[in-house]
Amino acid sequence: MINYWPLLGIALVVVGFALRFNPLLVVAVAAIVTGLLGHMPFLKVLGVLGHGFNENRYVTIVWIILPVVGLLERYGLQEQARNLIGGMRGATTGRLLIVYLAIRQILSALGLTTVAGHPQTVRPLVAPMAIAAAEKQRGELDEETSERVKAMSAATDNVGLFFGEDIFLAIASILLIQGSLASFGIQLTPFQLSMWAIPSAICAFLIHGTRLLLLDRKLARRK
Amino acid sequence: MINLHWLYIFAGAVFAGFAIGSARDPSNAKRWGNAAFWGLLTVSLWFGDFLGDIGNGILVLALVAIAGTHSLGRGTRESTTVEEREASSSRRGNTLFLPALVIPFTAFVGTLLFNYTPLKAAGIIDPKAVTLVLLGTGVILALVICYVWLRPPAFAAVDEGSRLANSIGWAMVLPQMLASLGVIFAAAGVGTTIGALVGAIIPSGSVFLAVLLYALGMVVFTMIMGNAFAAFPVMAAAIGVPILIHQDGGNAGVIGAVGMLSGFCGTLMTPMAANFNIVPAALLELKNQYGVIKLQIPTAIPLLIANIVILYIAGFHL
Repeated sequence: MINYWPLLGIALVVVGFALRFNPLLVVAVAAIVTGLLGHMPFLKVLGVLGHGFNENRYVTIVWIILPVVGLLERYGLQEQARNLIGGMRGATTGRLLIVYLAIRQILSALGLTTVAGHPQTVRPLVAPMAIAAAEKQRGELDEETSERVKAMSAATDNVGLFFGEDIFLAIASILLIQGSLASFGIQLTPFQLSMWAIPSAICAFLIHGTRLLLLDRKLARRK
Repeated sequence: MINLHWLYIFAGAVFAGFAIGSARDPSNAKRWGNAAFWGLLTVSLWFGDFLGDIGNGILVLALVAIAGTHSLGRGTRESTTVEEREASSSRRGNTLFLPALVIPFTAFVGTLLFNYTPLKAAGIIDPKAVTLVLLGTGVILALVICYVWLRPPAFAAVDEGSRLANSIGWAMVLPQMLASLGVIFAAAGVGTTIGALVGAIIPSGSVFLAVLLYALGMVVFTMIMGNAFAAFPVMAAAIGVPILIHQDGGNAGVIGAVGMLSGFCGTLMTPMAANFNIVPAALLELKNQYGVIKLQIPTAIPLLIANIVILYIAGFHL
């Protein structure tokens, strides 16, 4: 008989996030409840949680970049990103982000996934450039528009990363697919997997690129 | 050998800087909460391996208590005014980009050197840690260049780093917390339960419906776990291998690769994938913490449909 009760932990996460409680609190409560419902004693749950947290510290290392970004912002990095776009003829938010999407997909397909990212490139460079381009298109931006342009910059980074990286042979997800299928006796080379990431990568570029062009039209129209 | 532990020491120093910088900012009414939060993370990075599982668990509860009681704030102090930044940017021009580009450039050159020269075989850097080692190297190089070139006050890196850290706040540890939740989910058998549930509703006879269920199962399970990596082995075991590959004779390469990519469409739509969806909202100081997800859904859904079509055609009809 399968114990379905731990699934309640998932429901807790969904409800907690929807009601906008502090996400750290939601996750911790869900973790403890799930563990208890899975018949683990409290101290065991606490230990598994602590062990998991300690083993996953590498996830948090990326923030060592903040002092550099902050220092450069102090000396006008974001302002300079805006000036650069301001002086470029024909620069629009959509075109800029399409170029970024293509670069991000190609670099990821070459295995260079950590060359760009939200702290590395989006906050200091891409988002200020996209905002500057939008200001060229329609003057002063209202809050809703500037939120939209910034969020679209982050979204473009994600789409470019997710739908580029699997074309690279030695990326973690390809190795994971290869490993899981091998455990069922299905032997594939990384190439047999990564070649099938190409059609999806092209679709991702076309679909997200179209949305970026639509964003341009919206920026040009709503005055 | 340079491994993750070196990075934990460096990262611990950076987080100690966030704690000191927060404590130094009188414009933040909750500065001691911030200092305690970053201080605890410093302890975790430096001494986590000596605290024991229960000790680490208590540390997690303390972090959650600080965040959950809204004891984190942010300062209003700006180190430079808009005019000063404008003046600095027009004086220095595009050379300001160079230190920012040092970090990606180090990652780029380092990855190439590591993969295509005998560096890998030399065993100086742990292959599992290589991307983070290159990130750390880039950060140190960029900091040195900034200090030599811009000559900021000694504490500038600490103050500016903690300014950004406090604007992101608790979101910085959410990805690590979610990874820990994943460990609990696995220990409590959530994955196998979901696999059994999905496996029980498999439609028989229709290849298309089986493809649809496989792709949607990847999406839903990825949205729950925040990570397609956790979903793939479960869905492969429930539908991918027994039904699509063995029973219906699909192309295993397509089923594997495009199944994973269907999961990535789910990653675009879930707050559980915090480092991609929630952290950037905090990093870009968006009013709506779900602003990035909201904009990704109209890309994710057509892309999911495209992936289902690719699975069906390339998997079974080519």
